[in-house]
Amino acid sequence: MRTEQALIKENTLIAKDTWKMVLETTLAGEAECGQFVQVQVPDFYLRRPVSICRVIAEDRIVLVYKVVGEGTKRMSEMKTGESVDLFGPLGHGFPVEERNVMVIGGGVGVPPLLETASRYIAKGHQVTAVLGFNDAGGMILKDEFEALGCQTYIATMDGSYGTKGTVIDAINANDLKETFVLSCGPLPMLKAVSEKYTDGFVSLEARMACGMGACMGCVVKDQEGGSLRVCADGPVFAIGKVVL
Amino acid sequence: MDLSVKLPGLDLKNPVIPASGCAGYGRELAQLYDLSRLGGIAIKSATPKERFGNPTPRIAETPMGMLNAIGLQNHGVDYIIENELPFLAQYDTCVLANVAGATEEDYIEVIEKMNDSDVVDAYELNISCPNVRHGGIGLGTDPELAAHVTRMAKEAAKKPVYVKLTPNVTNIVSIAKAVEEAGADGLVMINTLLGMRIDLRTGKPVLANNTGGLSGPAIRPVAVRAVWQCANAVKIPIIGVGGITKAEDVLEFLLAGASAVEVGAQNFVDPYVCVKIIDDLPRVLKQYGYTSVQDVIERSKR
Repeated sequence: MRTEQALIKENTLIAKDTWKMVLETTLAGEAECGQFVQVQVPDFYLRRPVSICRVIAEDRIVLVYKVVGEGTKRMSEMKTGESVDLFGPLGHGFPVEERNVMVIGGGVGVPPLLETASRYIAKGHQVTAVLGFNDAGGMILKDEFEALGCQTYIATMDGSYGTKGTVIDAINANDLKETFVLSCGPLPMLKAVSEKYTDGFVSLEARMACGMGACMGCVVKDQEGGSLRVCADGPVFAIGKVVL
Repeated sequence: MDLSVKLPGLDLKNPVIPASGCAGYGRELAQLYDLSRLGGIAIKSATPKERFGNPTPRIAETPMGMLNAIGLQNHGVDYIIENELPFLAQYDTCVLANVAGATEEDYIEVIEKMNDSDVVDAYELNISCPNVRHGGIGLGTDPELAAHVTRMAKEAAKKPVYVKLTPNVTNIVSIAKAVEEAGADGLVMINTLLGMRIDLRTGKPVLANNTGGLSGPAIRPVAVRAVWQCANAVKIPIIGVGGITKAEDVLEFLLAGASAVEVGAQNFVDPYVCVKIIDDLPRVLKQYGYTSVQDVIERSKR
């Protein structure tokens, strides 16, 4: 966990409102799957927390982010060759266990699951990927999951690609039996995943300030009524630990 | 260069202190640098009992700043004494314990419990938090109430009491004078400005608490003005806080009449900001013809 000026090697639109930024940074060598970095976007005050999609070399990470407001819009306008201040890697990522796994991602929650899948595959385990999007135009990283060797299933809410409906619909339609799951995506999806599965982990998204556990801006409640910080205690939590 | 400042209860090796709520109890920043480098640390507010605080979202970005509505989340004074203060004991830095509550009795309870701690050097009476319904800012906006709680805190305290003032008043000088009269050993100013952002898509406030406290560089001129006004009206030392991001800003507060500073929101932008400021301060003081921090303080007296 430290700050570093990273060099932008690529910043390109890969799907509707969704961008891929490749960064040269030595933070890459310290990154665990499911961790995030805080990106300092020029002209904006607070940093933007963005999950690490992929570590592609000892000095290179990939961020995949969605333009949802003015800050991420400005981030999408940054050019190759510009430097960007990163703080990270932050948080507790997904565990890499000695077993097969199903990764379940929704929308811009899909990216951190790619690095996670690659680490399971590197250890010789089978990874099933179930990815949900609003429509085919918003679909991301399907080819990348397949290239890793994941059995990949797609759900779109409008039915324009794969199973029509949610990731749960795709799991049922394809009769997928894996019971250990890792998931990241919108809250309704994480709730549905937590109702269907007991063995696994979910990664949460939150508005943050410090990103390191000091400010208490991003807290969630655990089942006993205690508080947990998404940034420092998470963003990855065991299913059932947090009140979603 | 000599950066030290001597204030009641606070023998600061330099004038830079992370502000309450921006550094927790030091554990996070300690992963990045040696806390002994800091002049002091103002720890997250302590209340008698554990508080979860406000619902989320608690954070919203603003132009050159941010809103927060944390709501004084903390584990309660007993937990803090048992689990957090021992961690800070290992560092050679001053500890300013921020004390908060819903009632006057709450402030007294926290102070009495912390009195016996060797770790706490002074109290920072938080009568200025805009994010709690009772106590807090309610006490800090009325000179008589502010003086009353200050007097009670002084009677209970075995350590110096600094009072943290809110800028959300018509006349901050009248509050400053009232708490000085009541025996305050120093002032910390300013707490956050009450603000709001509305989400254009939902038509509703971004913060679950609706309103929050504005901090960051956007409020620095307000803070400098408040310090300047009060420094001309009271004799007790002032710790300036509000939007500091660099060593030049520290000098600005010292010139306004502050004797030390707290750095708040900028810790979220650059977690190393306090040590960067400490490293850069000699250069900036020299550039403007000062020989020490004390030299600036002496020459700024009016």
